[in-house]
Amino acid sequence: MPLELTTAQLAAILEHCRREAPLEACGILAGRDARVSRVHPLTNADRSRTSYLIEPREQLRVMGEIWDRQEELLAIFHSHPASPAYPSSRDVELAFYPDSRYIIVSLRDPGPEIRCFLIREGVITEEPLEIIE
Amino acid sequence: MEIVLNGQRRQVSEDSNLSALLTQLAARPEMVTVELNGRILDRSEIADAPLKPGDQVKILHFMGGGR
Ligand SMILES: [Zn+2]
Repeated sequence: MPLELTTAQLAAILEHCRREAPLEACGILAGRDARVSRVHPLTNADRSRTSYLIEPREQLRVMGEIWDRQEELLAIFHSHPASPAYPSSRDVELAFYPDSRYIIVSLRDPGPEIRCFLIREGVITEEPLEIIE
Repeated sequence: MEIVLNGQRRQVSEDSNLSALLTQLAARPEMVTVELNGRILDRSEIADAPLKPGDQVKILHFMGGGR
């Protein structure tokens, strides 16, 4: 099932990534049945150009909201300010959520590149993204 | 006894503690954030933190990566 994002949700993700550049940006997409209902732009606790860690307090708050609303963690997104939209070896090493998709936004080129992956037991598979109105 | 783990009720043995729970979940202690009744625990507190009935526990693996 492709992950469904509205153009407004996609714009919110891109805005967060561009605002944080040249640092990596990150966040969580919540929803149900592969349909995103909420975009949560979150703090990169690493404050780094080459790594990210979703700030643990914010992560706890957002995951608590997801459980309360009986939603699902649909995707974890982060940006690659200067490299392609493909999971790095550290992205794979730290992929602890096999049921979540991982969305990577590359800002290397002017038109941003956005790709979506599943990362399970070290294996990367690309997943479709569907942008709806 | 019953605790609430990540928003869901869960039965654990009476003498259970957080490190036993982490082992059950196959969680790597150095790769998780643990919150007990609204307070984030330091790494050093996790090892021998006891659990009591009704405890609200959140255990979350980090969400991170790098270039
Ligand atoms: Zn990355």
